[in-house]
Amino acid sequence: MGKTMKIALAGEGGQGVQSVAEILAEAANEDGKQALYIPNFGVEQRGGVSIAYVQIGDENIGAPKFIAADILIPLSPRAVQRTREHAGKNTVYIYDNSLIQQAEVNDHIVGLQYFDVTPPNPRSEQPNRDLPQDLIAGEPKTASFMTKSQGVRPEDIPEVKKVIAIPANDIAKNELHPRVFNVIILGAVIAATQILPMDSIKNALETKLGAKFNANPALRDMNFKALERGYELVHSAM
Amino acid sequence: MAEVLLQGEQRVFMTGNEVVAWAAVAAKADIMYGYPITPQNEIMHYWTRLAPKHGKRFLQVEDEISAGFTTVGGVMTGRKAFTATAGPGNVLMQESANMAEMMRVPIVYVVQQRGGPSTATVIYAQQETTLTCFGGNGEGHRLVYSTATHQELFDYTIKAFNMAWTYRFPTFVLGDGYQAKMRESLTMYNPEEKGIQLVKPVPLLGDTTKPERQFKHLRNTYNTEDELYKVVMNNQRDWDNMAEKVVEWDEKGCEDAEVILLTHGIVARSAITAYQQLRAEGKKVGFFRPITLRPFPGKELKEAIKNAKKLLVAESAYGQFLKMVQNNIFGSQIEIVPLLRPGVGITTEEIVAEYHKLS
Amino acid sequence: MQELEEDGILQPAMPSCWCQETKPHKFCPGCGHGIILKVLGEAIDELGIKDTMVFGCDIGCSLLSWDLFSIDTVQTHHGRTTPVITGMKRANSDIIGVAYMGDGGGYAIGSQHLFNAAVRNEKITILLCNNCNYGMTGGQMAPTTLPGMKTETTPYGRDVSETGYPTKGPEMVAAVAPEGAYVARGTIANVRQLKGFIKKALENQIAGRGISFVECLSSCPTNWRTNAKQTWEFVEKDMAGFFKVGELRGSEVKEG
Ligand SMILES: Cc1ncc(C[n+]2csc(CCOP(=O)(O)OP(=O)(O)O)c2C)c(N)n1
Ligand code: SF4
Ligand SMILES: [Mg+2]
Repeated sequence: MGKTMKIALAGEGGQGVQSVAEILAEAANEDGKQALYIPNFGVEQRGGVSIAYVQIGDENIGAPKFIAADILIPLSPRAVQRTREHAGKNTVYIYDNSLIQQAEVNDHIVGLQYFDVTPPNPRSEQPNRDLPQDLIAGEPKTASFMTKSQGVRPEDIPEVKKVIAIPANDIAKNELHPRVFNVIILGAVIAATQILPMDSIKNALETKLGAKFNANPALRDMNFKALERGYELVHSAM
Repeated sequence: MAEVLLQGEQRVFMTGNEVVAWAAVAAKADIMYGYPITPQNEIMHYWTRLAPKHGKRFLQVEDEISAGFTTVGGVMTGRKAFTATAGPGNVLMQESANMAEMMRVPIVYVVQQRGGPSTATVIYAQQETTLTCFGGNGEGHRLVYSTATHQELFDYTIKAFNMAWTYRFPTFVLGDGYQAKMRESLTMYNPEEKGIQLVKPVPLLGDTTKPERQFKHLRNTYNTEDELYKVVMNNQRDWDNMAEKVVEWDEKGCEDAEVILLTHGIVARSAITAYQQLRAEGKKVGFFRPITLRPFPGKELKEAIKNAKKLLVAESAYGQFLKMVQNNIFGSQIEIVPLLRPGVGITTEEIVAEYHKLS
Repeated sequence: MQELEEDGILQPAMPSCWCQETKPHKFCPGCGHGIILKVLGEAIDELGIKDTMVFGCDIGCSLLSWDLFSIDTVQTHHGRTTPVITGMKRANSDIIGVAYMGDGGGYAIGSQHLFNAAVRNEKITILLCNNCNYGMTGGQMAPTTLPGMKTETTPYGRDVSETGYPTKGPEMVAAVAPEGAYVARGTIANVRQLKGFIKKALENQIAGRGISFVECLSSCPTNWRTNAKQTWEFVEKDMAGFFKVGELRGSEVKEG
């Protein structure tokens, strides 16, 4: 019985964890694997931490949520606090330890049932411009990557199998573009899980964003570079 | 939204709400009436996009009372009509479900349970179990399918239309917020290509294709106790006759099990994984899960537990399913250990941990 | 100074009846709910009625105001705020009851309550936020959705031959309410006027004259998917073009 890989991603609204999870699950499904993705949703209030649960394996997948994650990726100090219960003895823990810039949350975000809830529904003529765009264009909805904050306190990191800190924010901001922050994370997940070839993810990105990539090939380069950067960061640490 | 060809078989990866919309198309549903409520909204969203392409209709009405009764009206004209709701909306829909029960209107409801009571959470629960099975001032003459996977959401939504139109009782597909919002894969198909005959709806009233028809008077009011008694007992007899033909359940390893894990709906996913893990460790554990909650597979459950010592009943409600179980196994000496978590999910780990506490 | 504040040049202070601890409030940036409730807060401050008031909010984004005021508050069911506040007022007429709801809550699921409260001339104040859609559930058609407007349940635009024309709530209430009613439609695009309407609506209740109903044209940039400029254009042009702003009943009520 092949083991099902349990992945939990958590971050602030606007960091795009749900998009990462969705692309990951879709890529796994396309790759012929069993995959399940469930977002947490609710009347999220004022920048509630958003968690995405993804499971990938060869067998039918059981409960949609789980307690101990194999890979746990909290992307903000608050996400570190919120995901405590998902850290187990065998968890690989990846967090963002950017030095200069930490995502700052605009605390005005609402109680929307819809927001972190569902992948957007395309409109008839005007395709929904919400989530996928966070990857490449438009201001992230709620996070600004400009301001310093305290960052993750080392004492908050739970005891797990392995801890990997990556400066994804710094890299996005300084080397690439703030908006590919979550694509770096996606690359990191691929490296940590080793269950999907890089090409499947590239294909999935291509499916999602192909039209935009074709209109602006530089975007494709930027995204793929971010993906590889994220991959290397974790791969070299594993 | 994924484009699905309802020809041959197609593996798709989508949310449960999208699955329901596609299943309704596959079942040849004609019209949906609805009112927005989370976590069911996307059934409507997808249906409004699919409907015009497939020559179907949609009406958004002013609330769930209206959604329930417009659906009753639609069904009466001999169209496959359905509605979908959750939580407080399900409460309001019970009024129409009562009329449908009394008048034998084959209406289909899809319920994506959310936390209760009241508006509570928009997330998840199994707290609409009693309501969906028995809501109203009647005897609970309905059919209720409690699904656990996207494949089942698809299969049983199609079946719900068929069973409703065969037996003429209101039929519910009981899902939940997790099923509504999560994505997983399933195989879609055209039921007719698979040899599943779609039951043809017929008008109860207003068959405009037959102007020469004999007019009908339908009522749900009776003058005397005896009159009412006859009608209710007649329905009860029909319901009892239907029960053994439609009852469905799933069980594994109960023959030699000492402890049986008893769950329904999405919690059964946690239970089945727990069952597999524990069996792999050599533990004598069994798995039982009703798929129909109305009618409840009571006889089958009694049979399954007869050699076991303990029954671990887990549900995301405080004893709604448990009461049904107790009712149905009345007389059995088996010890029941409940794991009751109203409005929150139950993971495989939690069931395994509870199991280890038993011995 | 006062003018500067009202013109939005200086950030005016929070109304004193707002609860400090629960700020910032929970609405999206650019949401009209916050503006309406701020105006309501100022009116409450000016009338000094905080201690006798009960505030009721509906389900819909109005529920996000459940802890907005330091005033006794009840968050009810979708559409049921009017009867809950009516019940309070009937049982204790010293209470100043304010029912706050969305257009879905007031004109769809709660429409019979609004209608009957108006017919009975209940001595309560009803404030309704018209944002042309169901905000909280992710932007479906509301009774007030403009003709041709796209929503999640009218993906091809609202077809009035199928779903009728937008509900004109104040016109309906004005048509059925007896003598003593106060009915107006304000807009977040003119907060000074809106405050006048809301104050009169409260005073009308305090004087025990009859039902007071104010609809406020509001914004929902999140579901409209509009930027700041488009949002204001929609409120000021499209909405105001269809929904006429002004007083429909009881304009003789003097603002005290
Ligand atoms: C009985 C019932 N039906 C449906 C819902 C789901 N629901 C929650 S908010 C809402 C609509 C809100 O729209 P509106 O009243 O216009 O308020 P807005 O969010 O736009 O301010 C609906 C349908 C519910 N909570 N209860
Ligand atoms: S969804 Fe719309 S109505 Fe609700 S808080 Fe956001 S902007 Fe306001
Ligand atoms: Mg509204």
